[in-house]
Formats: sequence, C-alpha cells, structure tokens
Amino acid sequence: MSVSPDALVEIAEDVVAAEPQDSGARPEIGNPRLRKEDRRLITGRTKWTDNIVLPGMLHLAMVRSPHAHAKIVSIDASAAKDAPNVVDVVTAADFPDGMGVCANAWPITPDQVTPDHLPMAVDRVACAGEIVAAVVARSAAEARDAAELVDVEYEELPAVFDAQEAMTDQILAHPDKGTNKCAFWKLDSAEAGTGGNVDEAIAKAREDGIVIEREYRQQRLVPAFMEPRSTVVDPTGEQITMWSATQIPHILRFLIAATTGIPESKVRVIAPDVGGGFGGKLQTTPEEFVTLAVARRLAKPVKYTETRSESLVSAHHGRDQYQKLTLAATKDGAVTGLKVELLANLGAYVAIVGGGVPVLGAWMFNAIYKFPAYQFNCQTVLTNTTWVDAYRGAGRPEATYGIERLMDELAAEVGVDPLVIREKNWITHEEFPFTSVAGMVYDSGNYEVATARAKELFDYDALRAEQKQRRESQDPVQLGIGVSTFTEMCGLAPSRVLGSLSYGAGGWESASIRMLPTGKVEVITGTSPHGQGHETAWSQIVADRLGVPFEDVEVLHGDTQVAYKGLDTYGSRSLVVGGEAIVRAADKVIEKAKGFAAHLLEANADDLEFASGRYTVKGTDQGVGITDVALATFASHNYPEGIEPGIDADATFDPDNFSFPHGTHLCAMEVDTETGETTMRKYVCVDDIGHIINPLIVEGQVHGGLVQGIAQALWEEAVFDDNGTLVTGSFVDYTLPTAADTISFVTENTTSPSTTNTLGTKGVGEAGTIASTPAVVNAIVDALRPLGIHDIRMPCTPERVWKAIQSAGAHDGAATAEVAPHFHDDAPTNADPGTTGEGSPQ
Amino acid sequence: MIPAAFEYVAPTTVADALAALAEGGDEAKVLAGGQSLLPILRMRLNAPETVVDLGRIEALRGIREDGDALVIGAMTTYADLLASDLVREHAALVHAAIAEVADPQIRHRGTIGGALVHADPAGDVGAPVLALDGELVITGADGERTVAAADFFEDLFTTAVGDGELLTAVRIPKHTGWGAAYEKFVRVAHQWSIVAVAATVRMDGDTIAEAKIGLTNMGSTPLRAKAVESALAGSAATATAVGAAAASAAEGTTPPSDLNGDADYRRHLATVLTRRAVLAAAGR
Repeated sequence: MSVSPDALVEIAEDVVAAEPQDSGARPEIGNPRLRKEDRRLITGRTKWTDNIVLPGMLHLAMVRSPHAHAKIVSIDASAAKDAPNVVDVVTAADFPDGMGVCANAWPITPDQVTPDHLPMAVDRVACAGEIVAAVVARSAAEARDAAELVDVEYEELPAVFDAQEAMTDQILAHPDKGTNKCAFWKLDSAEAGTGGNVDEAIAKAREDGIVIEREYRQQRLVPAFMEPRSTVVDPTGEQITMWSATQIPHILRFLIAATTGIPESKVRVIAPDVGGGFGGKLQTTPEEFVTLAVARRLAKPVKYTETRSESLVSAHHGRDQYQKLTLAATKDGAVTGLKVELLANLGAYVAIVGGGVPVLGAWMFNAIYKFPAYQFNCQTVLTNTTWVDAYRGAGRPEATYGIERLMDELAAEVGVDPLVIREKNWITHEEFPFTSVAGMVYDSGNYEVATARAKELFDYDALRAEQKQRRESQDPVQLGIGVSTFTEMCGLAPSRVLGSLSYGAGGWESASIRMLPTGKVEVITGTSPHGQGHETAWSQIVADRLGVPFEDVEVLHGDTQVAYKGLDTYGSRSLVVGGEAIVRAADKVIEKAKGFAAHLLEANADDLEFASGRYTVKGTDQGVGITDVALATFASHNYPEGIEPGIDADATFDPDNFSFPHGTHLCAMEVDTETGETTMRKYVCVDDIGHIINPLIVEGQVHGGLVQGIAQALWEEAVFDDNGTLVTGSFVDYTLPTAADTISFVTENTTSPSTTNTLGTKGVGEAGTIASTPAVVNAIVDALRPLGIHDIRMPCTPERVWKAIQSAGAHDGAATAEVAPHFHDDAPTNADPGTTGEGSPQ
Repeated sequence: MIPAAFEYVAPTTVADALAALAEGGDEAKVLAGGQSLLPILRMRLNAPETVVDLGRIEALRGIREDGDALVIGAMTTYADLLASDLVREHAALVHAAIAEVADPQIRHRGTIGGALVHADPAGDVGAPVLALDGELVITGADGERTVAAADFFEDLFTTAVGDGELLTAVRIPKHTGWGAAYEKFVRVAHQWSIVAVAATVRMDGDTIAEAKIGLTNMGSTPLRAKAVESALAGSAATATAVGAAAASAAEGTTPPSDLNGDADYRRHLATVLTRRAVLAAAGR
C-alpha cells in the first residue's frame, strides 16, 4: 500500500483541479484563491535547501556540548580525522580571525549585558547544544559517524536554568560578566505623560476599590517549524552564495558582511522555499556561520542540515517569562491602573531580537482598554539554557495572556460576566484613532461589533445556561467559557519608532515591478515568505492594480541578487508594509507608462484615464493596454523626447504607524473533574484585520495560529532537567498537537480598515496565536471557579487540573514530577539482544 | 537523524531469520515494523551491526482459527488486526485496544509481535493479550515453545524471548461474546498511553459473570488487576458496584512518574479508567 511520489503529485493536482478557479473574476482582491505555491509545497517537489546538490559538495556534522555549562579542556579529533571519507575536522582554534558573530541587533538599553555569541565555542560552553567542533565528510552519513569519534573533554561548571534563580546571581551563566542580569527596561505612563501614576492608583484601590494581584508563568516553547534548518554555501566563483532555510535572507546577508568582514557585495543569500518559521528562523545562526567558514576554508560547497533532535535543543526557543501583575479597579470594575513586572529568561545569549521580544509587551498589556495609569517593567536575565527569541506573536501573546487572564479575574471579583467587564473598559469605536496609555496610536477598530457577532455565533447565552445547569447538578464534567478580546500591534514597523528603541535596522519594505515584453509581470518583493502565500496574495494585488490576469504575475523573492533590497518576513509585516510597497510600485508603473501610452495614442497624457489594464482617451473608444505599452518600450523604436525608454518601477514604503488588528475569541472547554482531562467543545473567533486580500489564506493563518496558541495552553512546554538537558528533546515528549487533537473552528471577520496603508489591511499571521491561549485557560478556570480555583499553570495538563481540583482552595496547579524522556539512553537493557521484536534502547 | 551503518538482512523464512540472528549474535537486532527501533537507531541510542528484517516472512503474517483459540502471526500489523472479523468476534479486547494505537501510519507499519517483544509498558497490546490469557509462541534453534503471557513480560523492555529466538505467533483463547473496552488516557492523540485499562467481561443477564482486566503503564510490565476481577465476579453491572470494585485497581502497581503525571496521579487514573472500561465492556 505504498504511494509513489508521482501518485502524490497526481493526487495534489486532482485536489487543485477540483477547486473552482474563477481566473477571470474581478476584483482579485477578496478572491479566496487556492495558493499558487500549494502544489510544489504540498508535494515537496521544490527547492528546499536540503534538496540542493552541488558538484563536489561536502557535508557537515556538528559536535555539540551535552553539558549546559562547562570548560572545554581538550578536543581530540584524531580518530574522526582518520574515519572514512572525512575531509576535515574543525574547531574554533582553526579560525584565528573568527567566523562571524551571532549578533544582537536590538540592545534594549545602553548598558545591556551582552555576552559574545561566537558560532563555535572557544574554551567554554554556556548551554547544551552549543557547537564545539564540526566534521566535514564526503557524505552526511560519514560526517555524522565521524562526529561520534570526536573526543571532547569537559570540566563541568555550575549552571543556572531558571530566571528567578538567575536573579540571585548565586550561579553565573557567564562568570566573566559578574551578573546574570541582562537589562532592565521601563515604561511609566506618568513619566511619559500618557497617563497617571500607577502606584497611586493601586494605593487608592486598596482603600476603596479592588486590587487583583497575580503571578503567571509563560512557559518556554519550541517553535517546531516543519522544515529543519539547513544551509548550503558555495564559495566558488566571484561571489559566495549561501542558501539557507531562513526568514531573513537580507538581514542575514547584512550581518554576514558586518561580522565577518566579507564585503556585502561579495555575498549572495538565497532563501529558497522555506518550510515554516514561526519566528524560529528569524535568526542568524551559529550553523550558518560555521557552514560559511568551513566552505571558505576548504574552497568547496558545503551543506549542513540539522536533525530534529538538534533543532529542538539548538534553534531558539520562545516565551519563558514570569509575570507579576497588579490591577487596580473601582468596586464596579472600572480599571484605574495596571502595573506589570516581567522577568524574562533569554537563555545563554541575547539573540538577534531576543532582548526586545518581552519589551514588545510594553505596548500590549494595556490591550483594548482605557487604563488611566500604567507601568511596565521588564528585567531580562541570562541562563545556561537554549537562547530565547521570537516565536509567533513575540511578546504580544505573553502580554495578551496576562491582561486577558486578569480581566477575567476582575470580572469574577466584581461578580459580573467577563464580557461586561471588558465592555466597561474598552475603547469604543467612536474613539479611534485612540492614543493608548502606553503611547501607541491605534488606527481603527470596532470591538463592539466583533464581540456581538462572536456572541451570536457562539450561542453564548445557551452555553452559559448549560454551564449553570451542570454546576447545579454537580455534573462530573463541568463546562467553562473563556473570553479573549485581543488587539496586537503588527506591521513592523515605522523606522523612526524603531530608531527611538535603539533597534538596529529600519522597518520599511521594498518592491519592484518589471513589465516584460511578452505581457508578463514580475513582482520583486523584499518580504521572504516561508509558507504564508505571498506569491498568491501579491499577484492578486498586482492583477487588480495593473489590470492584468492573475496568472501573468510572477512573484520573485528571497534572493538578495534578485530582490536586492528588503527587510524580510516576521511580525505580521509583509502585507501591511510590503504589500503597500507593491501598490506604490504599481502606481509608478502606471504613471510612467502613461507618457508612452499618450504617445502611442497621439493624445495628451492629461486626457488619458487608466482602468482594467487600459489607457483610454477620455470620451473616446481609443485606447491601448498596459502590456502593449510594455512591448512598445521593449522595442523603443518610437518614443517621445524626454522620457526614458522603460516603465519598470521600484518603491520603498516606510509606514507611519503600526496597524492594530483585534478580535473577540470565545472558547468553551469541558473539564472532567474525575481525571482533569480538558476537551474543547466550541471555539469561535471574529477577527478584524481590515480589508482582506485572500480570505482562504486568512482562514488558514487563523486556524494555524489558533492551534499554536491552544497548544501553549494545553500541550507544549520545553522542560530542562537539573543538568540542563532538554527532557522534551523529541516529539515523543514535546507534545505537539496534530489535526486529531483539534476541533472545527468557527471563524469570521469584521472590517475596520487600517488607516496606515492604502489597502486598509492589517496583519493576520500572529493573531490566532496571540488571542487563543488566554481564551482556553480562561475557559478552564471558569469551569472550576466555583471550587475556588483561580489559576492553572500552563500547559494545563490533566494532572495539573486534577491536582488543582484535589487541593482546591490553595494551589497553583503546579505539579512536580520526576522527568525523563520516553526514549532515553539509560533505559533498562533488554536482557536478550538479538531477540525478536524491535530491540531495546540499549 | 542518520543511524550508524548496519548490515541489513531480509530473510523470507523463519529458519533463515534464525540463522541470521545466530550469525549476528549480540550485535543483531530484529526489525518487526520499526516503529520503536527506527527512532532508537536514528537517535543513535543503539547501533546494532546487523538488522534482521522480518517483514518479508509471509508465514509470520495473518490470523487464523485453531480450535478454541485465534492464532495471530507475529508480523501481523495493527491495521490487519483492526480489519479482522475474527479478532472483532473472538478477541474484541484486542480490537478495542489496537484501535487506540498511535495514528494510521503507525498502525500500518507496527506489528503485534514487534510491540510485544519491545515490551514498552506504555504500549497498548501487552495489557489486552495479558488480560485474555494469551500465549506466546517462541521459536528458536531447538524448535517451538509456548509461554503464557503472565510469564512472558519479565521487566521493562524485557521478555521471555531468549538469545537467538523469535516470537512467531500469539495465541488468544476465544472470548466469543465477551464485551470489551480499552480506556486509553493521553494528552494528544498520537501519544503513548499515560495509563490505559483493558477490560473484557462475560455477562449473565445484568450480572458480570466474569471480568478480565489488564493495565497499561502501571508498572514495568503490563499488569492484571486481579483484585478488581475477583470483586466483579458475580457483581451487578452498576456504576456503584463497579466503582467500588475498581477502587482497588491500583493495588500493587508501581507506575512511573514523568511529564505527563506522577505515580499518584496514575494510580488515581487507573481506578477511574477501570470503572469506565468495565462499564463500557458491560454495555453500560
């Protein structure tokens, strides 16, 4: 019953063919097209980095530290060097001029403690998985075999893993730094002039109002993209070419030049098709620098592809915060102030934007609400764990979780429905644009409409009635309803704002449009899709704008020699920033072609109008198509004086502001009080992301985002043991959900067009992840609140839920358990090796 | 995820497989579906010199009746067992348990024999085979011997299959007309059992005439909940009566503690799941 690759392609083509495609329909914007990328991405018949094979190409395997913190005493590579087909074994000592640096591009304060992050450890490792040597062989298998033969002697050093423990500075992650404290960053509304004094608000609420104080834990997560990271470097020829499974080819090229001394003009970086990232590939990695250095040293093409086990421990992690929150309110639930104290674990090194990710919460904890006073404090610390950086939502999910959990707590304290408490505090639609207490200007929104629609789709009142009935009958399966009314800031980012935050780059995006003589259109974008469907959506925008068929538009991206200028894809920025750049490039093409069209029509340019791909002379039926103009400029046999013979155009767009999507998410969870098992009953979300280019892509983004957010609530956590070994080091123990674990979501949209781009669009890539986590936990807590339970630590495992129920009254749901991976190397030995069956782990 | 190099042998007869094993000695491993062996090899937790693949031995596949028993070839896949009317009719507990194994991909590769000899206590086939008083047919150079399931599982990943031997068949006494249920507790669908309970009952009207109960992942081997079985014999099939009997389900067990739950939580789960499994098996 095996299925051949060809058969798979046929199946995929059948699926694609079965879907009605109305290619002649106008407008393209709003058309729920299947993605033009789907066929090659679903079948895998495409240019993944690992599929690239070059003549004479060598393969790398990394030797990584098993210890979280250790001195490297010696490295004996002699046996590995003698292994079959091994070409070289390298350590940091082989590169006296260095191999580049994994740079931190966003130091959040001038005095941030930033340990050097070299691609290969020199004399000390600061986390498990750090590279200490690399083996180069003629095949990947031989490199892997020989890597086992490299004998590294370590002297273990005391190690610190937990952020709270790190704050004591008793054990130092980097002894030479003298402290684990990395940076402290603060926003105070009284000091900024955007609001009142939060301590006064809290003091007043203690006298005659309500004060809610909670500590929440944002557990550490693994981005777990589908395609493992892979890099190929070809140093032959005039330029060095690097293919890499990255979200950020342009930034990578810049940082290679900036940290290795190779002239930027001698480096070409290509991100071919990339299989997911979720922020996990928003990084310049040790593996990329090591592959580059080895290829240059040997003057041969070299490939490195990580194993999944390597990926889980060495690709950056996400989240890992402690949140201490204090909310002040009047007795009837009007919030008067919010104080946030964050402690963020950055891991062993400050990653490219790792220090800044928790700081993004500064503008998000106040969410959709009108808080009179606000203070945000963020302390980052270094530990001997895997580095931490952006993961889908990056700072905004953490903040949204904190405030949306608190609003439910406030509702419970006041004794009203959680939607009532939100309505009492939210910004009304008449108040946009609204300047928040954190100093952000929200462009547009309508929380009332989205919430009303979500309630209707959810059948909110009926579920509340069922909940009441189950409570009264003491049903062993209780029902909880969770609310999350979120907003987020996306469309990173106005360059001036980034500059004011000492971020190391701008936030603009670039686009070019090339009008080919055969009537085809090439769109070059500086965004770098890794599953988002930019090729489809960008084609839809251009097809509408230029009046050309969707099929005639080709989108090129991810190659710094083709898309020479760009800032890549992350932070739900590609459409709202990159899409607007495309619109502007298209408008320039239309304007440039107009002079040509006027000449061809022997008319005055001022008398021409452009619609549906044609210039016509007003009031006549005389006209010429824009693609005919393109052909005429190709020949250029006949063109007016003073006009250059070309209509191609470039545009760079720098937004004035972020865009602020929002939505109301409602979740019903059943909680089996006998076992602690939680089961999702219903999930409804109504998101407002402004105008939508492709509703099908949007729905896919929302569904995927929801599952990742739900997974944080219920399933995922990266856990280290007392030695700093990642216990959840495989997908047996890191419990990623599959489709079988989810239900059918109800998703809809309302439309409040953004005012920060002419398309009126807002980002959607992270919305589902940001909103869903608190909705789920709020629902579980809501089910159990009559028992006196007001929190369950994430992930809300059945054990944690059950233990909370058992000790209802005073608990945090935290479970302590010895931990070991399912497949572990000290598992008891099968007494009889060579027996039937599948053998044992030893 | 590249395993260390090994010799690959794919015999087509049991005799050839035994010969290959004898030749490989301590450095040989048997591939019987590979759903546990391959991850272990790819993570380099083990590096055998020889892998003997039983996948081409047709004689080890299939399900047949033999008097009052079913005989299941060791290389019969989960998917084949699920599709079998014989299994559904005479060993409904095996059907119920196997329906809960991992996902369709794994059920089409994994085999009953591979899982039994791997003897992971979190695996789903040990408890039903033990509960149904199955017998394991082991073949070696000296011929066949038969071991009761109760004697087969010796410890974590350790069975009665000796050096140079193969598990070739599983004999399950027919339990025709018995109700069956497998209550598997997991956090995500494709996960190993945190705890599972395999229960099968013979009803006499509204009374449970006889009950057999196997526990998954409540110790280093699959276990029988004998105290519960005794308490249920002749008991009414009511939630109260079954619940009272199930309260002793965790007696004498030594469940593990891990990320999914500590031993106390597993003991608690065993009692709840036993009650549910027995009631479901009794059609309640």
